Amino acid sequence: MPGAAILIDPPFGPSLVRTRVGAVQIPMTDAPPPVALARDPDLGALVARVARFQDRAAFGALFAYFAPRLKSYLLRVGAEDGVAEEILQEVMITVWRRADLFDPALAGVTTWVFTIARNKRIDRLRRETKPSWDPHDPALVPEAEPPADDLVAAEQTRRRLVAAIDQLPEEQVALLKLAYYGDKSHGEIAAETRLPLGTVKSRIRLALARLRAALADGRDGSWE
Amino acid sequence: MSGHHPTEEMLLDHAAGALSRAESVIVATHMALCPTCRRLGLDLDAVGGALLDLAGAAPVRSRCEEILARVDADPPPTPVKAGRWDHETIHLIPQPLRGYLDGDVGGLAWRSINGALAEASLGLTDERRRASLMRIRAGGAMPRHTHGGTEMVLVLAGGFSDETGHYRRGDLALADGSMSHRPVADSDADCLCFAVVEGGLRLPGLVGRLLNLVYRG
Repeated sequence: MPGAAILIDPPFGPSLVRTRVGAVQIPMTDAPPPVALARDPDLGALVARVARFQDRAAFGALFAYFAPRLKSYLLRVGAEDGVAEEILQEVMITVWRRADLFDPALAGVTTWVFTIARNKRIDRLRRETKPSWDPHDPALVPEAEPPADDLVAAEQTRRRLVAAIDQLPEEQVALLKLAYYGDKSHGEIAAETRLPLGTVKSRIRLALARLRAALADGRDGSWE
Repeated sequence: MSGHHPTEEMLLDHAAGALSRAESVIVATHMALCPTCRRLGLDLDAVGGALLDLAGAAPVRSRCEEILARVDADPPPTPVKAGRWDHETIHLIPQPLRGYLDGDVGGLAWRSINGALAEASLGLTDERRRASLMRIRAGGAMPRHTHGGTEMVLVLAGGFSDETGHYRRGDLALADGSMSHRPVADSDADCLCFAVVEGGLRLPGLVGRLLNLVYRG
């Protein structure tokens, strides 16, 4: 059955109307086709291969892409070198084990890996998991129009976002990085950068508005 | 669809992992009930992901083979058991809040504050913030109060009104320390809320001082 989808079928509650979440389109063959290593690899396809075939070469390519970035992120949020290595190992182990739960309708691959890394980092700090909503919770109020769940759209979103960050004024990017990497409140960022709190808030707000405009692309939703 | 939401700043702090546990739980539980904020939260996560994409490379000592060897050696952890709550609790209290209840919503240690108001304290309470479920009887009023700091109240069932508006299931009511208000439950149903209050409630007046003693317990 060429082109058949792998259906990942978590236990849904009755209130979720979607019948197919996280379906990843890859060809069904007996052996995985060889991995093409690229500078900008198709991350979604690599995760799909790990999920479908427990493909170690695909995992190797994910490791090559993410490990140096994770290390850089973890060092920036203040982890010591040894701790950063441990956390990045835990993140990559989670990527291997949860590859079949990766859901492109919810997030792109880098977003997924970022949230795993953030949660592992908080686990370290507080010895507990970051509280998060559960996409399969029967009490979840579903979206009126579920987003597209294909990898191509997720990749396009990621590229649009990276391009949009590239075009932001440098001072806005710097403040965004402090907010995401520094684990700091707006007030603490203001103190650190010696900018008035109002300026910090308005710059971050401007930056996020532009990034959300890049993401929106036909989607509804506004900040207020 | 709920009409009262966390601020953009709170959603960003949630995405960045900068909120306290209790704040994080109330924001995420609102998200379970509010597709709009869930989408905003996913977008903010995507910004974090893009920043990870753009993060420079730092030298890594761990090797991929090591990680695969660890995966081969350790069996994956067993999935968390589900279904330990009754039907009412599952449909009334979304995750992640449900995971912090000691039992079903009916079986919690409810304490009566006054005739109309009962409170069940949650293990989420920390040094700065009191986290609890509050139940106001249909048509009943909470005593007028202020707070030691920011108050976040998420409506889980019924509704209430105060000087700032009307709040229904999924709505997140925000108040700062200086605001004095007197929430009144809708007349048609009991109102169940999840409250995270910095410094706890402050009930002024003589009656309030007595109630404060009960509330602090």
